[in-house]
Amino acid sequence: MHDGALVTLNDVDPTRTVLQYLREDINQTGTKEGCAEGDCGACMVVIAEPDDNDDSRQLRYRAVNACIQFVATLDGKELITVESLSQRHEPLHPAQQAMVDTHASQCGFCTPGFVMSLFALYKHGHKPARNDIDDALSGNLCRCTGYRPIVDAATQMLATPAKSTVRHWQPDSGTHDAATLEQLRALDDGSALHTRADERHFVAPRTVAELAREYTAHPDATLLAGGTDVGLWVTKQYRELERVIYVGNVAELNIITRTATSLDIGAAVTFSDLAPTLLSLYPTLTDLIRRWASTPVRNAATLGGNIANGSPIGDSMPALIALGTTLTLQCGENTRTLALEALYHDYQVNDLQPGEFVAHIHVPLPTDGLHVRSYKLSKRFDQDISAVCAGFAIQLDTNSHVRECRLAFGGVAGIPIRATRCESLLQGQPFDEAHVRRAMQCLRDEFTPLTDMRASADYRRTSAANLLYRLFIEITQPEVATDVYNFAR
Amino acid sequence: MSTTSRDKSTAEDAVHGAAGTPLAHDSAALHVSGGAIYTDDLPEPRGLLHAAFGVSERAHAQLVDIDLSEVQRYPGVVAVVTAADVPASNNYGAVLPDDPIFATDVVQYIGQPIFAVAATTVDAARKAALRAIITYEDLPPVLDPETALEQQSFVLPSRHLARGDTDTALANSVHRLQGTARVGGQDQFYLEGQISIAIPREYGDLFLYSSTQHPGEIQHAVAKTLGLTDKDVVVECRRMGGAFGGKESQPALIACAAAVLTHKTGKPVKLRLDRDSDMIITGKRHDFVSHYDVGFDDDGRITGIRFEHLSRCGMSADLSGAINDRAMFHSDNAYFLEHVSIDSHRCKTNTVSNTAFRGFGGPQGMFAIEYVIDEIARHLGKDPLAVRRANFYGKDNRNTTPYGQTVEDNLIHRIVDDLADDADYARRRDEIRAWNASSPILKRGIALTPVKFGISFTATHLNQAGALLHVYADGSIHLNHGGTEMGQGLFTKVAQVVADTLQVDINRIKITASDTSKVPNASATAASSGSDLNGMAARNAALKIRTRLTEFAAHAYDVAQHDIQFTANQVKVGGDTLSFDDLVREAYMARVSLSATGFYKTPKINYDKDSLSGRPFYYFAYGAAVAEVVIDTLTGEMRATRADILHDCGNSLNPAIDLGQIEGGFVQGMGWLTAEELWWDDSGRLRTHAPATYKIPTSSDVPAEFNVRMLQAAPNHEPTIHRSKAVGEPPLMLAISVYQAVKDAVASCGDNASGAELTAPTTPEAILTAVNAARGHV
Repeated sequence: MHDGALVTLNDVDPTRTVLQYLREDINQTGTKEGCAEGDCGACMVVIAEPDDNDDSRQLRYRAVNACIQFVATLDGKELITVESLSQRHEPLHPAQQAMVDTHASQCGFCTPGFVMSLFALYKHGHKPARNDIDDALSGNLCRCTGYRPIVDAATQMLATPAKSTVRHWQPDSGTHDAATLEQLRALDDGSALHTRADERHFVAPRTVAELAREYTAHPDATLLAGGTDVGLWVTKQYRELERVIYVGNVAELNIITRTATSLDIGAAVTFSDLAPTLLSLYPTLTDLIRRWASTPVRNAATLGGNIANGSPIGDSMPALIALGTTLTLQCGENTRTLALEALYHDYQVNDLQPGEFVAHIHVPLPTDGLHVRSYKLSKRFDQDISAVCAGFAIQLDTNSHVRECRLAFGGVAGIPIRATRCESLLQGQPFDEAHVRRAMQCLRDEFTPLTDMRASADYRRTSAANLLYRLFIEITQPEVATDVYNFAR
Repeated sequence: MSTTSRDKSTAEDAVHGAAGTPLAHDSAALHVSGGAIYTDDLPEPRGLLHAAFGVSERAHAQLVDIDLSEVQRYPGVVAVVTAADVPASNNYGAVLPDDPIFATDVVQYIGQPIFAVAATTVDAARKAALRAIITYEDLPPVLDPETALEQQSFVLPSRHLARGDTDTALANSVHRLQGTARVGGQDQFYLEGQISIAIPREYGDLFLYSSTQHPGEIQHAVAKTLGLTDKDVVVECRRMGGAFGGKESQPALIACAAAVLTHKTGKPVKLRLDRDSDMIITGKRHDFVSHYDVGFDDDGRITGIRFEHLSRCGMSADLSGAINDRAMFHSDNAYFLEHVSIDSHRCKTNTVSNTAFRGFGGPQGMFAIEYVIDEIARHLGKDPLAVRRANFYGKDNRNTTPYGQTVEDNLIHRIVDDLADDADYARRRDEIRAWNASSPILKRGIALTPVKFGISFTATHLNQAGALLHVYADGSIHLNHGGTEMGQGLFTKVAQVVADTLQVDINRIKITASDTSKVPNASATAASSGSDLNGMAARNAALKIRTRLTEFAAHAYDVAQHDIQFTANQVKVGGDTLSFDDLVREAYMARVSLSATGFYKTPKINYDKDSLSGRPFYYFAYGAAVAEVVIDTLTGEMRATRADILHDCGNSLNPAIDLGQIEGGFVQGMGWLTAEELWWDDSGRLRTHAPATYKIPTSSDVPAEFNVRMLQAAPNHEPTIHRSKAVGEPPLMLAISVYQAVKDAVASCGDNASGAELTAPTTPEAILTAVNAARGHV
């Protein structure tokens, strides 16, 4: 669906991006290319789809980066662009009008992207706090304004009256949601999508069994979930993918269930969907999730994708390893269970066999006395890649001795990794300054990280050890200010 | 002849959009709706080809062999060009002929274009360009300014500026400090990448769309490249998606390459750089190493100072001469330096040729002196603000710059006093000191820094502008001038000037694209001079038309010229009132010319390039900022928590637009000094070349408390347009307050004395390094 009409595309190139489709195929140039890697937000669009987790039968609106979203993933969804909000010669949408009223555009190139992020925020329907606004805009870069007027526009837009002339299909018409839901549901016959251009295929199975069959038959295929990394293979490395298997439509992989001992997360659950549930169990991970990429990337990216990709600087793994997360891997009809840290052998080498994929992620439920933290260090707070990311889970007994601890790091080795030597130094010992200092010394020498554009090896070693000290202070001296991220905000 | 009498109250209404009103940017509604057309959004001409560069993979090497056969064979490829295909001059250097369009014998940086390919799709062009097989014979590269100085590797001769007897002053100083201030470069990171479309016309002429601050330079460079004259080339630019200096000289490379491909194929060619190519191929702000040797008295007053500035110019001169001159001219900032000696080395490195970026060397000069002032204060155990005040230019004496210009309208005392009071600087500084004493992990810092920035191109001849104004017989108006729109609101401001001069509502005025065939020989829109120059030129054109209409009305209605008054879409002619439209119609019928050109050249400026002395600047713009930050001494992470700004815009032409320039400039400067790090590996490869690795500020980096005011009742003492002041560049330097606040926080980890050897940008690593140094355990 796009601008009220059902759009049927045949022979879709499996890696044609939504941005290419808009700008090159249908000449809608309001959506811009700024970076082609999902880092600037000039190409922001909103995707609306039925919210299966919501009984109110609402559409769910989410901003995503069109530059790395493949157009075939829009099957059965609605695409909303800046041009959808107000056609030529028609009144502006409140998000647009508020941007004009607050002088929030200068060069204007980033502006359509900001408008779309604001539109997604607008659909939440409540007046946002400053942190909500920053979060909603975390995937948009503006080089001109310094953001203050854009933040003001976000504050004002809900009070900016919508003009009455919106067409029935426009996302503020009142009848839009119900009508679009009905149309989208009517489209859904439950079958897998298979499209091709020349001999290049895009397959979107609907069940795990279909996925397993497809991947077993084509173990060289590229598994695609949110596409926030695979998209860059295409736009940055100019790779040509022969066969893409999209896991986003597999119903079983989109579910989160809670058992007596763990949270079981389908591999295709996005970070945005995961966040509320995970944070209700582990509220100390709030800042980590907030700083995990940006809102539009979290709207697309999946936990399974982050784990299977296995980047040494992926931000979910240190915390999950510290929590003792396990995986269900599936190959054909066979499944097996593996500790998360055992997935990673070496840089870009993992335990997955041909045709095998991550199906579910099992995060243990919190236990009494367990202290959990995850700290991310990067040059910028929002939407940056870690120099170092630490995940700590530490259980103290009543005498303040360490009963159990798991310390995991990203950015210090070729894989996400546990600091096992440091862990064993702390194990069973008093959790006091002297023992922590000793453990820090051990941590400094436990890894031999790289020097690169994010940080030097020295910084990584020193700061990794210092993060252990931050954990110690936060547990033992909670009155001491340690949180620079939320300071005075 | 018809006359119309209007209701008195209507007649006295002000025109909509007059100078001084906070009008929205003329394109605001288009920006938000996706309807604003940038170069890549234009309808594509018939037969358009898409182009890409093939570039050097070596920092410094002899080109032994260039095998392009696989490029040629790639499906969709139509043409491949190298230096051999350039019809006339293979050079786009704006100042010196040291910028080849395509490298010939030697490559001088990683990313230097060697060839260009045109294909039927963007994808094909970019993929094909990767198929070249190039054989290099490596030469030793120079990868940093200090090595360049050692090897005497320069793009231009070193310059020296001196006053007084610095040696003696230093020798006799009560206190003396030596050290080095280091500040990184910065990528412009305009959101719209470099782009040009070249379209062939009859007789071998060329029409180009270019995202450029300087259409005239594109015209000139393309003509030279193809062996044409300026009259054969027309360049148009309606708007840029940001520029910040990065589209002053650099777009010529893109346009010239597209022009060569058009020449070769006879087809229109679009060359749009992807983000990585843009950041790798085109120049940035110069990083500086500034050695200093300063003497001062017990009050911190500087008695003698010596600077030696080393800047990374990259592989060619580009605009580095004027940029480094401006760095020298701003090594005083707001301070009187009686005995001063400044050496400036323009270092040649095998990295991309650095270029203009908002401030144009001024920020680096200012950074160095502010660093020195802070070190003096720490050495003496004084509040840095007290030392700043002790050194401010005087109003009646101690008011001559090192280059001999008198500081005539010294606003710095007024601004700093007002701001320090308003932002509660002294009390907060005490409170922060107390808080830090009881906070072992987090430390806060605060700083107030001033800005004094010289306005005018230092190359005197560039301080000229032209405009073209048509009034049509229906009373509607077509406005054109030599300035370009990059988001700064220039087109809106100039239209306001015309609305004001002709006393007509601004919606009668059509704002039109910069076009070399309408206004010739225009300077770059740069040096913050856009509205000063073009506003005056447009006013000049509007005054010509107003004069003709006045003369006509005086004659036609037989009234004295001084009894004719233009007011709010009407013209009072003696006792009668005509609508502007009616008067125009009547003038047309009476065969009065309703089209005029306007011209302006900045008065008073003169400057001797050889002695670096005279009056390079028409006036100064002032401002000051107080910033507060908090740092984490375990990790080096930093947050700016509050900023207060008071800035001088004279009588603002448009307070809404000027506020945007102040806020945006500050945040951009904050990015330069805090998070934006250009990082080259040992082979000279820039590894921060996309937003994934190069981090400009996001919304959450803006201080949660951000108070910005414009200085009121402070008209420019020079008769500039509307008595306004230029506002494009100066606010960027307000962000030095953020750096100094970080330095303050770092110093609090030690004894608050010197030792906070903090490099900029203040990344977590830079801060942690400085914290550990301040604590004495490296």
